[in-house]
Amino acid sequence: MSKWCFISTRKSLIEKRNITGAKCHYLCQQISATMSIQTQIDQFEQKIGSDITIEPKDWMPDDYRKTLIRQISQHAHSEIVGMLPEGNWITRAPSLRRKAVLLAKVQDEAGHGLYLYSAAETLGVSRDQLYDQLHSGVAKYSSIFNYPTLTWADIGAIGWLVDGAAIMNQVPLCRTSYGPYARAMVRVCKEESFHQRQGYEIMLTLSKGSDIQRKMAQDALNRWWWPSLMMFGPPDAESPNTEKSVRWKIKRFTNDELRQKFVDVTVEQAKILGLTVPDKDLQWNEETGHYEFGTPNWAEFKNVVAGNGPCNKQRLETRKQAWEKGQWVRDAAMAHAEKRKNRKKAA
Amino acid sequence: MSNKNEWPLWEVFIRSKAGLDHKHVGSLHAADAEMAIENARDVYTRRMEGVSIWVVESKNIIASDPKQSDSLYEPAADKVYRHPTFYNLPDEVKYM
Repeated sequence: MSKWCFISTRKSLIEKRNITGAKCHYLCQQISATMSIQTQIDQFEQKIGSDITIEPKDWMPDDYRKTLIRQISQHAHSEIVGMLPEGNWITRAPSLRRKAVLLAKVQDEAGHGLYLYSAAETLGVSRDQLYDQLHSGVAKYSSIFNYPTLTWADIGAIGWLVDGAAIMNQVPLCRTSYGPYARAMVRVCKEESFHQRQGYEIMLTLSKGSDIQRKMAQDALNRWWWPSLMMFGPPDAESPNTEKSVRWKIKRFTNDELRQKFVDVTVEQAKILGLTVPDKDLQWNEETGHYEFGTPNWAEFKNVVAGNGPCNKQRLETRKQAWEKGQWVRDAAMAHAEKRKNRKKAA
Repeated sequence: MSNKNEWPLWEVFIRSKAGLDHKHVGSLHAADAEMAIENARDVYTRRMEGVSIWVVESKNIIASDPKQSDSLYEPAADKVYRHPTFYNLPDEVKYM
């Protein structure tokens, strides 16, 4: 292509700069490569601009791919690690109904992790690489799962607040610009709403119960409220990835926008429970039509993200153990499959 | 942590009810086809989303290249006469 497309460039290069033909051919190739990358970038930006979904085999900037792999895998890891705090209460659920519900919820979280891992794999990263990143501590997961579940009311608070915050985050992701991620999110969101309702139902039952049960519900709200607000990530001014992610339509709203939305909705739900949101600064602003609220403890957030939360080490250790203890099962299944394939061939 | 033993990747297609096509829903890892069907049941049909499952090992899917989209699909763009709306009929003609 460079030979005839840039014939005039070639001529002028040779004449003006006294460059040899071979050198010129190299330069023309460079120019042609740069131009085609620019065309690809333009086409990509144009698609994003007109809300055309990007699919796995489409050209995409390296940075877009990297950002997506990071976000989708973090999301997948969060679903997987998220099973641990709740799994803690499956055997101690107060009734068979609650146990069946909690089991179904935790099974859904596993499913969500799997949808998301497979969406990430369409970007060219392998499942084992993703697990390695989680187990070696390179990849992050939502810091909320590093808090302990001390009482049964925590299961209620997690469903109501943590899944509630997750839904706020996830609903806009159903329209995210990368196709496989958007489609996975549609399935996740469909399944997630029962999670929040079952949690709220637990809180409702406790708040209508005995004094001790009401106190338990209030205590759970006190402990989970602020970590739930932190789930939306650092304030926009300190979130280095937000601007680019919004421009690429990976994210549809900023962290602060979603946090505000969550507070507005959830404070009303707390009133119905007759529970108090643990924030002295919380007040309704008639003019803006939004609640004003206090600042989460961002130092604590950074500390938990850095690995020093109450349960970070325990969570990671449990995940690693599950993976390592499952190795013989994975190996045996492969060996069995291999044997059957060979037997079929022989027959 | 071995990378070499990763179970193969499978694409999953689900028929949501009798009379409809199988539709791609995602992928999963499994040691063999039988396990892929069982895993697909657990991962993709927890709420009665399907009455039939297809699994195909991902490496066996041949896909078109988006870079060839122009040469593949453009020839159809100027053939509006393939659509019934191209033809003008008198109003009196019914049911056609």
